Amino acid sequence: MATPVRIRRQLSVSPWLFAAPGLLVTGAFVLYPFVSTLVNSFTDRRTLLPGHFVGLANFRELLHDDMFWTGLRNSTLYILGVVPALVVLPLLLALLVQKNIPGITFFRSAFYTPVVASIVVVGLIWVWLLDERGLVNSLLETAGIGRTGFLSDQWLLLLSAMAVTVWKGLGYYMIIYLAALANVPRELHEAAAVDGAGPVRRFLSVTVPAVRSTMVLVAALSSVAAFKVFSEVYLMAGPTGGPAGEDTTLVMLVQRTGTGLTGRVGYASALSVVVFVVTVALMLLVLRADRRDES
Amino acid sequence: MRREPHVTDEHGRRIRVGELVWRYLLLLAVLALTVGPFLWQLSTSLKGPTEDIYSSPPSFLPAHPTLHNYTRVADTIPVWDYALNSLKVATANVVTNCVGSALAGYALARLRFRGRRGTTLVFVLAMLVPVEGIVIAQFTTMRELGLNNTLIGVVLPGAIGAMNVLLMRNAFRNLPYEIEEAAYVDGADVWQRFLRIALPSVKGTVAVVAIFAFMGAWDDFLWPLIVLSDPSKFTLTIGLNYLHGTFANDERLVAAGTVIAVAPLIALFACLQRYFFRGIGEGAVKG
Repeated sequence: MATPVRIRRQLSVSPWLFAAPGLLVTGAFVLYPFVSTLVNSFTDRRTLLPGHFVGLANFRELLHDDMFWTGLRNSTLYILGVVPALVVLPLLLALLVQKNIPGITFFRSAFYTPVVASIVVVGLIWVWLLDERGLVNSLLETAGIGRTGFLSDQWLLLLSAMAVTVWKGLGYYMIIYLAALANVPRELHEAAAVDGAGPVRRFLSVTVPAVRSTMVLVAALSSVAAFKVFSEVYLMAGPTGGPAGEDTTLVMLVQRTGTGLTGRVGYASALSVVVFVVTVALMLLVLRADRRDES
Repeated sequence: MRREPHVTDEHGRRIRVGELVWRYLLLLAVLALTVGPFLWQLSTSLKGPTEDIYSSPPSFLPAHPTLHNYTRVADTIPVWDYALNSLKVATANVVTNCVGSALAGYALARLRFRGRRGTTLVFVLAMLVPVEGIVIAQFTTMRELGLNNTLIGVVLPGAIGAMNVLLMRNAFRNLPYEIEEAAYVDGADVWQRFLRIALPSVKGTVAVVAIFAFMGAWDDFLWPLIVLSDPSKFTLTIGLNYLHGTFANDERLVAAGTVIAVAPLIALFACLQRYFFRGIGEGAVKG
């Protein structure tokens, strides 16, 4: 029987029962780790030892740690290399698959395959393709260009990893652009065509302005992802980051420093704090640029 | 090149044959770039031990195709156990994400309670926290719970994704209130309204959450790499990395391993691609 008391209890308790599993998981495995990362960054905690408060010592040590600067440099270079390509190429790809011509669904799905495949699979495929004796090199040799050590040179390796990141991301951002292109009014193109604008002109003065906010979104998403790059470089350069560790990225350094039985949790947390700060700054920067342009 | 005299675009306009030709040429070129590497990997995995896999010019078809490398992978690493581990993790992730985010999403969208705004904010904030920045703390949290080096430890951090909660919330919010009101008047309690009326109306979004949860778990690398140390507990991605590190000199073996890891996913994707694209489109539009 539904007494008033029972109704009231149900109203006040059941929302919390609904939200409880989500809140519990999020609290325990996202928010608590986030707070403890901040706290740990001020301690000398290790995996098996509780830490003591050491103030800013970890951050001071960062400033004198060559590996940190290498990681920061590579992660920053990654943004510069990857983001322009991921803002432009998927847009061109989206224009290519936008028209509903026969078989286009097949092409769209096929272009999405690299997104679906695990980054480990993708990494290993490209390690094999770019190997000293791999497919790319035998094609280059057949073409008379000669073999190149894509994975043995510090800079070529970083460039190759960037190319793989772009290759894997193309399909993902292509779909985002497709959704945006669907909202571009056809009349704009027609009006421009009547005015005598060619395809390139129409692309620059109709399509680009119409999908501008999507380009900003893609820039934000891809720059944050690029800064946090781990798997591609880890797989192609190896756990220690290529020749003399010169290809280590910031997240690789976090993983290497903070895990294992002797992991320096405190120091790795300070590195993580740098990752947070830069990530948030990037988001704000890109979104702010967007707002300024609109006003 | 197919000769279609009346190929039209989505607005019913005819596309000229010349334009069609270069469109298909470009499409085929991109196809070669995106799918070619997977086919090359497949081809390598089918080449026998006597065949030169380093030849120049490269030979794209195996001279004598063999499945020998696949049995060799299984002899080298327990690849089927790893696949089973990955399947367990991915399935668990699908169940927890669908159930957990549907429940929480429903509460946020449809139930009135003190602290609802605060709860929403928790999920929004959680979505903004980069996983890469908290993996070390997640690792120590798991250690405190005694769950390191277990598959449960692999599942838990991503068990109910904040993003999925917000996706479900948006889906529930878009339902008209009238249908639930009728049930309310008929005396249905909140669980009945959730299970019988609201949930069946958002099946599409549940499917999207399920697909993303499965692929995310199946493909994940950094977190299992950190939390798992015992080779018998490895998931497929970690096992592959191990195979590559230990037997890097035999490309046929590594190739066969990657094909085992990627084939089920491509099959799944091919079956569900319609939901998939809709989901990404929706997610992108809604931010």
